[in-house]
Amino acid sequence: MKARIHVTLKNGVLDPQGKAIEHALGNMGFDGVEAARQGKYIELDLAAGTTKEAVDEMCRKLLANTVIENYSIELE
Amino acid sequence: MKSAVIVFPGSNCDRDMAVALEKVTGKKPEMVWHQSADFEKVDFIALPGGFSYGDYLRCGAMSARSTVMKEVIKRAEAGVPVLGVCNGFQVLTETGLLPGALMRNASLHFVCRDVELEVVNDASLFTNGYTAGSNITIPVAHHDGNYYADKETLDALEGEGQVAFRYAEDINGAQRRIAGVLNKKGNVLGMMPHPERMIEPALGGSDGRILFESVMNRLG
Repeated sequence: MKARIHVTLKNGVLDPQGKAIEHALGNMGFDGVEAARQGKYIELDLAAGTTKEAVDEMCRKLLANTVIENYSIELE
Repeated sequence: MKSAVIVFPGSNCDRDMAVALEKVTGKKPEMVWHQSADFEKVDFIALPGGFSYGDYLRCGAMSARSTVMKEVIKRAEAGVPVLGVCNGFQVLTETGLLPGALMRNASLHFVCRDVELEVVNDASLFTNGYTAGSNITIPVAHHDGNYYADKETLDALEGEGQVAFRYAEDINGAQRRIAGVLNKKGNVLGMMPHPERMIEPALGGSDGRILFESVMNRLG
């Protein structure tokens, strides 16, 4: 089974890299980009039967820094 | 005063830290590799600057979960003084020993130059040789020194005297220009500027030496 994990900055936390992406897209002539936020995508191959709770713990303890980041988990 | 410098793969200010500690304390610090589960009893532990584990995932994230840090956390919680400089500061926030997080500089530029710091707390173990309100000059060299914490945490830090240093002017976007933070007990200090690079006139100044002398004065 696989876990697909998205780690994103919390609302209200300034994202300078996202800002730079937003400006670059504007400079390239792409209109209508009102904001960009950069995050991380992590894919884990897991042994069958690994629980969502275990993946949640992995996120809390390492994959995300919950001071500044949120995460979401999809299992398949 | 016996000290130890923790060395991670990718640390690059460990030897500068060792030189500073030896010059000030007169004793060579023990260099402790990140895989050590235990090390000699020491009076002072330093986490040096650098790019430990290549800054993978987040700066300091891997180091904070390394074998040696389990022991460092245990000792810090028992009251042993711990100083984290630059990457060491990032490691300390990742362990939770210090509140907040260090994010990419707001300018996105790597900042590498001498900066003016305002001494905010002159009573701590690490800062008792300084005078609150005075400015000192210490170099910085970082890409991720933009200190972030939520408003309640920042208010608490300021209210409890846990802000040790502030940048005299904004250099990286850090909230409230915070450059160095103490834990509640005052035995853990994390700071982005490098005091170990400013320990004698030949290096451009001695303002950093006072930090190590402050610790020496208290610990003897």
